Amino acid sequence: MNDMGGVGSGIRVERPLFEGADWDFTTVQRVHDAIEQIAIGEMGLDVYPNQIEVIGTEQMLDAYSSIGMPLFYKHWSFGKHFARNEAMYRAGMQGLAYEIVINSNPCICYIMEENTATMQTLVIAHAAFGHNHFFKNNYLFKQWTDADGILDYLEFARGYIAHCEERYGEVAVERLLDAAHALMSHGVHRYPRPRTADLRSEELRVRARREHEEQVFNDLWRTLPAKSTEKSDPTAEDRRRALLQLPQENLLYFLEKTAPRLLPWQREILRIVRIIAQYFYPQSQTKVMNEGCATYTHYKIMNRLHEKGLLTDGNMVEFLRSHTNVVFQPGFDDPRYSGINPYALGFAMMRDIERICTEPTAEDQQWFPAIAGAADPMAVLRDVWANYRDESFILQFLSPRLIREFGLFHVLDDANESTLRVEAIHDERGYRKIQRALAQHYDIAWTLPDIQVVDVNLAGDRRLIVHHRALNRVLLEERDTRFVLQHLADLWGYDVLMKEIDPETDSVLKEHAATPRSGVLQPDSA
Amino acid sequence: MHIVDRRLNPSGKNLANRQRFMRRAKSLIRKAVHESSASRSIKDADQAGEVALPAQGVHEPAFHRSASGGIRDHLLPGNKQYIEGDTIPRPQGGAGGGGSEGSPDGEGQDDFRFALSRDEFVDLFLEDLELPDLAKRRVVNAEAVTWHRAGYSVTGSPANLALMRTVRNSLSRRIALKRPKPDELERLRDEIAALNPDGEEGPRRLELEEELTRKLRRSSVIPYIDPLDVRYRNFESHPKPVAQAVMFCLMDVSGSMTEHMKDLAKRFYVLLYIFLKRRYKNVDVVFVRHTHQAQEVDEDTFFNSPETGGTVVSTALEVMQSVVAERYSPDSWNIYAAQASDGDNTASDNEKTASLLVNTILPVCQYYAYLEVGRDSEHFPPGFIRRDSDLWQTYTAICKSGAPMAMRKVGHRRDIYPVFRELFAKKQATTGAETA
Repeated sequence: MNDMGGVGSGIRVERPLFEGADWDFTTVQRVHDAIEQIAIGEMGLDVYPNQIEVIGTEQMLDAYSSIGMPLFYKHWSFGKHFARNEAMYRAGMQGLAYEIVINSNPCICYIMEENTATMQTLVIAHAAFGHNHFFKNNYLFKQWTDADGILDYLEFARGYIAHCEERYGEVAVERLLDAAHALMSHGVHRYPRPRTADLRSEELRVRARREHEEQVFNDLWRTLPAKSTEKSDPTAEDRRRALLQLPQENLLYFLEKTAPRLLPWQREILRIVRIIAQYFYPQSQTKVMNEGCATYTHYKIMNRLHEKGLLTDGNMVEFLRSHTNVVFQPGFDDPRYSGINPYALGFAMMRDIERICTEPTAEDQQWFPAIAGAADPMAVLRDVWANYRDESFILQFLSPRLIREFGLFHVLDDANESTLRVEAIHDERGYRKIQRALAQHYDIAWTLPDIQVVDVNLAGDRRLIVHHRALNRVLLEERDTRFVLQHLADLWGYDVLMKEIDPETDSVLKEHAATPRSGVLQPDSA
Repeated sequence: MHIVDRRLNPSGKNLANRQRFMRRAKSLIRKAVHESSASRSIKDADQAGEVALPAQGVHEPAFHRSASGGIRDHLLPGNKQYIEGDTIPRPQGGAGGGGSEGSPDGEGQDDFRFALSRDEFVDLFLEDLELPDLAKRRVVNAEAVTWHRAGYSVTGSPANLALMRTVRNSLSRRIALKRPKPDELERLRDEIAALNPDGEEGPRRLELEEELTRKLRRSSVIPYIDPLDVRYRNFESHPKPVAQAVMFCLMDVSGSMTEHMKDLAKRFYVLLYIFLKRRYKNVDVVFVRHTHQAQEVDEDTFFNSPETGGTVVSTALEVMQSVVAERYSPDSWNIYAAQASDGDNTASDNEKTASLLVNTILPVCQYYAYLEVGRDSEHFPPGFIRRDSDLWQTYTAICKSGAPMAMRKVGHRRDIYPVFRELFAKKQATTGAETA
């Protein structure tokens, strides 16, 4: 067993943390402390304080159905998810996750009581240190989520919605939430808004600008003839759009601020749904990285524990077995294939970066001159974890060697052609193409349809005009779109027209329209 | 680091969501419940269980791209044979290269199984139904009674003598009438004995003796216990509601009954069973099948074993009558009967059937339901007037006379539940009062 996982040098001085499968709270505490030593001391991770909560099966199913959050408002869809998960679990079709971790401060990490001691060790290394570090340091999370406030906010949301149910009736609230949930994927701000500058930084900026102007001053510019100023007066239409901040891709935000007929409590609930959607926005963009970071961390830590003699050989084998299952990537023609496994890809890339730092080949020198042969691979990884998201990460760090290992290839499917065509494979000409194509798969701008509110005449018929810029002429799924537009019309209170537009030619490919149902959300005027 | 043990937190955190979901999907669940009940045996029909809901019914829509059309990229792992520029025939079913892109959380379009608890199941099943008013009449007339204490009475058997109450009455009467107490008399006697009869105490003694005689007379005139004082414990009888029911399933199993018809009948029996089970603690089911002769059988034989022969309905009624006489006394059992038949009967038997039903069966029954099952899609040539069956005609006459009996025709599975609901739908309060 001694040659497993790069062991060999370690002299076993310490007693194992535990033997066998049983654990109790002192074991968990011991394990946590041992891991903390390695994670903070040796790997230099920077984490929120941990709060580890032991839960049972039903509670895990609960957590599943409310997207992992410990407290959530009530809605039938969570009951549905719970029922489905429970049925699948009881039928043995689906195992439960070993853990769920919440991006909050302190970082809450649920561990299942059924786990063996080895699994608890793995879970603590994976979630309480891997994910935790990522949550605390990645720029997207820093920018978009407020780990200190999220639990309080959820508490508020639950209380507010319960209060609304009491006051306005469960049905009214349920309809509103249905509509809001349908638009949830389009209820996020994709780009950080400029922060309002405070006086001090404004002053600095003004001074810098003046210095720059002085440096580049040249009197000759004055002598140039002035351009004719024809585009001086913006039309009334442009002004109107500017006032409403159009075009606007955050549909929930737009409705919350502008929908003419919503009541104040309805706006507040839209806001709640929108803020929760925003909170999860970074997670959907960092799946590969987040899992890669956590998986790499637990792999490193478990091996170190074994090296130090804190983990018995038997427990190590148990860990390796579970780890191998997690990072398994079946080929496209395998019946088990269901897309690229983010754990597999993320873990492989992290290991690859480590390899590029420690044992760079000539190819690596050429592709990654900045990191090839770097002295401290952990520093490189920490930097990567802090400053990239999936798309940029893959574009930057997917190495030719990995493309070969995974046997990645790119197939183009044009509906106008009778056959599919292989665009690129793992060869010299293909590497860049594959990097780009795979990165695009993780770019949220490509995966989510681009839908924007473009115009509305509040003084006229108040019809809301929404555009879908149909990337590659892929239209929206018709049936669902009809339902969602109906919800949108109900919220808006007037007609809604959606145009699907080919971004290349600006021609309209398809139109959908919806009229609000009277009395569904808005107080019936009749 | 903190470790928190959450296992002890109250469970059922999701109950509120579940209830909301059930309310939302009520019509779907109701339909599913009712379809699933057909596949269960009668006695298991009201157990908890799983039902399959169509996924579409509780769909959560969102904007997403359609699965076909336009230009799309696929990036797949595990290349073994392809080189750049190869063409691949388009796989059936859309998504390229065999990749099932699927929806992100594995949300398929399959039905999903939904486990209902027993109560939830039965609640949904029997919404808005109740036993016919006849049941109430029956309860009032029931001969089984229980006795309850109901105060005191002045008459009764010696065994029920209320001693305390009697003595109390006697005491108050004695006090009121100033009956001399025994120790009072005793003291008087002692005093007399202590006085010397010949002396200056003589007149005093005489006086005392006179008082003693007066008191003795008084105590003999006023009895210690007078019949006026006597009280008996009183009992009143209350009719005891019969908490058990027996359900007779009568079915024609002659050759003319197809599988389809038996299936219809079974569904009806299941409904009735669940319904009775809800109302009574203890429900027995008796299966009687008949051709030209009838016998009592078990459930499996009842539904599954084929029989041939003619059709004589009265034989089944006779068997039922004898089973009732033997095991199910109408005093202690509520008797329900459901008969399923395709309506055939030997012509000569109709009269006998009618008289048996009116004279012996209906008087002991709470309710008698007749279900005439037909073929799924019966077509008659135009101009051909469909004649009512023999049994139908016979029973119509009985029904009109106001007997506790109902009859319906059913041709398709989907009609069973409506028919059942129709039979047991809650009546208006006024009709209830009439019968009561």
